[in-house]
Amino acid sequence: MSRHDSSRPEPGQPVTRNIDAHHELSIRVRDLNLWYGQSQALKNINIDVYQKNITALIGPSGCGKSTFLRCLNRMNDLIPSVRLEGLVEMDGRDVNAAKMDEVALRRRVGMVFQKPNPFPKSIYDNVVYAPRMHDLVSRKSDQDELVEKALRDAGLWEEVKDKLHQPGTSLSGGQQQRLCIARAIAVQPDVILMDEPTSALDPISTATIEDLMDKLKQQFTIITVTHNMQQAARVADYTAFFHLGEIIEYNDTKTMFSNPATKKAEDYITGRYG
Amino acid sequence: MSQSFDDISAQLKRRHRNSARLKWISMGALGLAGLFLVLFFADMLSKGLPAFQQAQVQVEIDYNEDAQRMGRAALDPEVSRLVSRTFERLIPVRMRDNPELLGTSETRWVLADSEVDQYLKGHRHKLSESQQATVDALVEQGRAALKFNTTFFTSGDSKMPEASGILSAAVGTVMTMLVTLAIAFPIGVMTAVYLEEFAPDNRLTQIIEININNLAAIPSILFGLLGLAIFINFFGVPRSSPLVGGMTLALMTLPVIIIATRTALRSVPDSIRHAAFGVGCSRWQVVRDHVLPLAMPGIMTGSIIGLAQAMGETAPLIIVGMVAFIPDVGASFTQAATVLPAQVFTWAGEPEQAFVEKTAGGILVLLTILIFLNATAVILRKKFERRW
Repeated sequence: MSRHDSSRPEPGQPVTRNIDAHHELSIRVRDLNLWYGQSQALKNINIDVYQKNITALIGPSGCGKSTFLRCLNRMNDLIPSVRLEGLVEMDGRDVNAAKMDEVALRRRVGMVFQKPNPFPKSIYDNVVYAPRMHDLVSRKSDQDELVEKALRDAGLWEEVKDKLHQPGTSLSGGQQQRLCIARAIAVQPDVILMDEPTSALDPISTATIEDLMDKLKQQFTIITVTHNMQQAARVADYTAFFHLGEIIEYNDTKTMFSNPATKKAEDYITGRYG
Repeated sequence: MSQSFDDISAQLKRRHRNSARLKWISMGALGLAGLFLVLFFADMLSKGLPAFQQAQVQVEIDYNEDAQRMGRAALDPEVSRLVSRTFERLIPVRMRDNPELLGTSETRWVLADSEVDQYLKGHRHKLSESQQATVDALVEQGRAALKFNTTFFTSGDSKMPEASGILSAAVGTVMTMLVTLAIAFPIGVMTAVYLEEFAPDNRLTQIIEININNLAAIPSILFGLLGLAIFINFFGVPRSSPLVGGMTLALMTLPVIIIATRTALRSVPDSIRHAAFGVGCSRWQVVRDHVLPLAMPGIMTGSIIGLAQAMGETAPLIIVGMVAFIPDVGASFTQAATVLPAQVFTWAGEPEQAFVEKTAGGILVLLTILIFLNATAVILRKKFERRW
C-alpha cells in the first residue's frame, strides 16, 4: 500500500531530501535536545538551514517549533528552567559556547515576534535604536539614511515618511509588524527569525508581509514558524515538519506539500490532525 | 416537572432581599466613613482656621531712657498688658542696635497678647473686666483688630502662642524629606530592579522578598529605635538632626518604594523585554532604555506616596530626638530641627488655650501638603498611564 513504509526514517533522523546542495549553509543543528525542567521539548533535532532562503517550521501546537526557533538566537536563555544539549552552529561557531556572547549572536540573528511589539517610542527611534546601540551609525545624516533604507526595505516608508516622529504604537497591526521587521533588518543581520509573524494580522496585512518576506530573502536568511500551511506552501523554499519535539520531515516545500515522504507529514498537511 | 416563572420568582425573592441588604450595609459603611471624614475636617477647620488670624493692636511707642532697660516702659501702661511680651522684649534690643531711636516715638500695629487674641475670637480667655473694657474701646477706635497671621508662617516655635509659627518645622520637614528621598529612592529602585530583572528565583531571593514585605508592616517606632541604636550610638550621627531623621525615615520608606517599583516593573509587558533582547540589548540596556522608562510613572507614584507617609510620621522621630523646641530655622542638616507632625505633637501638649488652634492650624497645613502630594501622585499615574 504505501511508499511511506519504504521511506520510514530511523527514529530521530529526519527525512532530508531534495535539498539543493548549491545553497550555502547558514545554521547547522546537530543532536539538539532541550528540556523545560523535567519535560523534554526538543528531541534529537538535526537540520541544515540554507542562506538566502525561507525555511518554514510547521507542526501542531506544542510540537516545539517556536522553542527550536528561540534556540537559534538564545532567547531560551531568558527562561531559567531550560536545559539544552547539542550543537547549534553558525559560521563554524557553536552559538551556545561559553565564549559566544548572546548579544553578538542576536546582532546577527534578528527576530520578529508573533504579536507586533514596537517599542513605545517614535517610528524613527524604533528603527534607529538598535543600530545606534551597536555603534553602526552616529552621524545624524547616516541615521536618517539608515532609517529610510530599513523602512523602504520593510515596505513601510511610503506610509510613514510624513509621521516618523509619531509613536510606533499608533500604527495599524500590519504596519506595526512591518515596523518590527524594519527594526530587525536595520542592524543588517544574517538571519531573521519570525515566530508566527502574521498570526495576529488580517488577511490583507498577511499578504503584504508574505510579499515582503519574498523580497527580503534576497538579502537575508529567513526562518519562520507558521501555523498556516498555505502560508508555508506560498512563501517557503524549505519546510520542516515538527511533531512532539522531533523533526519528522525536512524537505523542499514543493515536495513536502505534493508528495511528502512520511505518513505523519501527509496526515498533518491533508488536515487529518493538528 | 418544570417550574413556572412565579415559582422561580418566589424562590428568588430571598436571594434578591439578601443582595439588597448587603448593598445597603456596604453603602452604610461607606456613608459612615464619609461622615467621620466630614466630621474630622469640620472639626479641624473650625479649630484651625482661627489660627490663620491674629489679633493686633495699634500702639504708640515712646523710645525713652527707661525703655532701654525695660521695653514695657515705652508703652502706655494701660495697653502694655495687651501687647505680646515678645514684642516688648524686642524694644531694648532695637534701641541698642539703632541708638538714634532714643527720644523719638512712632505709632505701629503690633502683635497682641494671646489672651486678647482669644478674647476677640470669642474663645476662653483670662482677661480681667477692665482689660476687656480697654480692648472693647480699642476695637471701637479701630486700634485693635484680627488680621491675617503672617507670624504663623514666618517664625519658628515660641513659648508665646501669639509668636509661634511653623516655619522652622516646615524647613525641618523639607530637609528631612530631602535626606529620605536621596537615600531611599536610589537604593529602593535599584533593589527592586535587581530583584525583578536580574536575580535568579531561588530560596535566597524568596527570603529577601518575604522580609522586604514584612519590613513594610513593622511598627514605625521600631525604626526609630534602630535609628537611635545604629545611626546615633554607633555611627555618631548628630541627634535631633534632619540627617538622622531622614535616614530613619528612609528605612521606613524603603520597603514602600521597593514594593511599588517591583509592581511597576512587573506591569511592563514581557513583549517589550523580548523586543529589546531580540535586537541585541544587554540586560542592563533592556532595563535602562526600555523597562525603567515605562515603569517610571509607577515608581514616582509609589515613591511620592511613600514620602507622604514618611512626612506624616512622628513616632520614630520622637526616638531620634526630633520632637524638640526649635525656635530657629535650621541652617544645616546636622543641626537640631523638628518636623511638622512633631511640631503639632509639641503644641498639642501645651497648656495654653491659644495653642489648641495652633495645633489644628499645623494639622491643616500638614494635611494640605499631603493632599497635594497624593494628588500629584494620582495625576502622574493618570497622565502617563499607557496601554500596550
